[in-house]
Amino acid sequence: MPKGAIQPAGSLATWSRGRADWSDRAVAVVVWLTALAVTGVFVWILADVLRHGVSGLSWGFLIDGPRDAGRAGGIGPMIVSTLLVLMVCLAVSAPIGVGTAVWLAEFARGGGLLGRLVRRSLDVLAGVPSIVFGLFGNALFCIYLGMGFSILSGGLTLSCMVLPLLIRSCEAGLRAVPDEYRRAAEALGLSRSAVLWRILLPAATPGLVVGLVLGVGRALGETAALLFTSGYVDRMPGSLMDSGRTLSVHIYDLAMNVPGGQSRAYATAIVLISLLMIVNTLTCHLADRWLHRRITRT
Amino acid sequence: MNAQSTTEVIRPWTQRRPCCDTSETCIQVQGLSVHYQGQQALGDVSLSIPRGCITAIVGPSGCGKSTFLNCLNRMTDMIPGCTVSGNVRLMGQDIMQNGTDLISLRRRVGMIFQKPNPFPLSIRKNLTFALKHHGMKRRSDRDEAARNALCQVGLWEEVKDRLDAPAQDLSGGQQQRLCLARALVLKPQVLLLDEPSSSLDPVASGVVEDLISQLRGEYTQVIVTHNLAQARRIADHVAVFWTRHGSGQLIEAGPISQVFDDPQHELTATYISGLRG
Repeated sequence: MPKGAIQPAGSLATWSRGRADWSDRAVAVVVWLTALAVTGVFVWILADVLRHGVSGLSWGFLIDGPRDAGRAGGIGPMIVSTLLVLMVCLAVSAPIGVGTAVWLAEFARGGGLLGRLVRRSLDVLAGVPSIVFGLFGNALFCIYLGMGFSILSGGLTLSCMVLPLLIRSCEAGLRAVPDEYRRAAEALGLSRSAVLWRILLPAATPGLVVGLVLGVGRALGETAALLFTSGYVDRMPGSLMDSGRTLSVHIYDLAMNVPGGQSRAYATAIVLISLLMIVNTLTCHLADRWLHRRITRT
Repeated sequence: MNAQSTTEVIRPWTQRRPCCDTSETCIQVQGLSVHYQGQQALGDVSLSIPRGCITAIVGPSGCGKSTFLNCLNRMTDMIPGCTVSGNVRLMGQDIMQNGTDLISLRRRVGMIFQKPNPFPLSIRKNLTFALKHHGMKRRSDRDEAARNALCQVGLWEEVKDRLDAPAQDLSGGQQQRLCLARALVLKPQVLLLDEPSSSLDPVASGVVEDLISQLRGEYTQVIVTHNLAQARRIADHVAVFWTRHGSGQLIEAGPISQVFDDPQHELTATYISGLRG
């Protein structure tokens, strides 16, 4: 060491280095363990579901209707009902969600009273138990608006439930878009709507996709809110006004109410998880393509 | 080596480009004050900016240089809690009036920022987007204008084969030149440059600086810079800002040689000699 260089006292230096080494190692071990534990739980669940359910899977299981309260037959009607409920939910919540997010992120940026109120309400709504949404949906859509137990009521109730999640993550996505784009656009004399549509929304796509994926996940997995709204009739739905049983409601019914329905419940769970993965991959893929088109098309 | 050739080595562009026309004022600023949330940031600035020249705004951090620049295209309107008083005339027209058409103002007064900020679009779309928005209907016209702007900033040869690639793939210096092209494509009269080369490496910074020099005469340019050497190299006029009593003020302005060689104000003298600031 050159003369005059800063040099801590010998024993103190060794002691503090040893302490730093020890605490670095401890932190590394803890973060590895937590990551492994999370992955481990997921793998365990997946392995368990696959072990119990894979024998029940067949082409007939995917397209046939259930027999003997679900102990035999398939889950064709449930897959259709699930997709219909999801469709209604996304068709309603995506435009409202993105619209509200744009308002929150672009028009109510400052700490205005209305903006604060909307954000606070959304945060509270995001924490409301799904069964409460079920009761609310039952009262509003099924009874007051006269839609009865139907896929439409179920989808609308789910969209109420998914909206807070969707709006907040879309808002976060829009807020993550650097302010420099807004300033550059303003300096070029561009209108707000052009900037929003052409620059901010495409740039916020990653956030929007996260919102959609979380929303789809929550909607597909929902049981309690749907028991009261879309009902649990296991026939193939003829229209959106028919009652329909979704996959998660079917799993719940088989596991809780049908003795001997366990293996079918597991097989249905495999289908549900696969559906979730397919919808999520599709969402990411479509968003990616849309983004690419926005970037290059003149 | 005689004095003439020394000048040529240091400032060759003065030979190539027409000298700026100092007889005509492009922007006349009178009694301009800016307050942020009631706190004065800029006090009573009066300055006339000659047409076609490069005017450098120099001074230590926080003395209101960027605030001053933002007033010239009314970007201050975007800042919540910011109030501007005083008079700014662009070619005789008062731009601080309430009914001023901001869109046409910003078409006439382009702006380049410290950090290159191309849109997350393709190189081509970065240039054609604003043209389309401002009503240039034909695609071929827009492409032609984009090409001209890219040639003007010396970027055409570098990007002509990848016009549809994302602008974010360009290097920092190229991005800044693209931003300059994006402003030039709208054919502005004035360019406001807010430390345009301070975030770039020395080579890229030199390229941008040369470009600014080459645009002398065609555009009236106002450049905020921390780099006194840069101001001396490229500017025709200079305005020195300083913080006094908590707010930014203009302490001296004039032709570059006068301010640098024979400063009238004591603070200017200490600032340019590197003793303060």
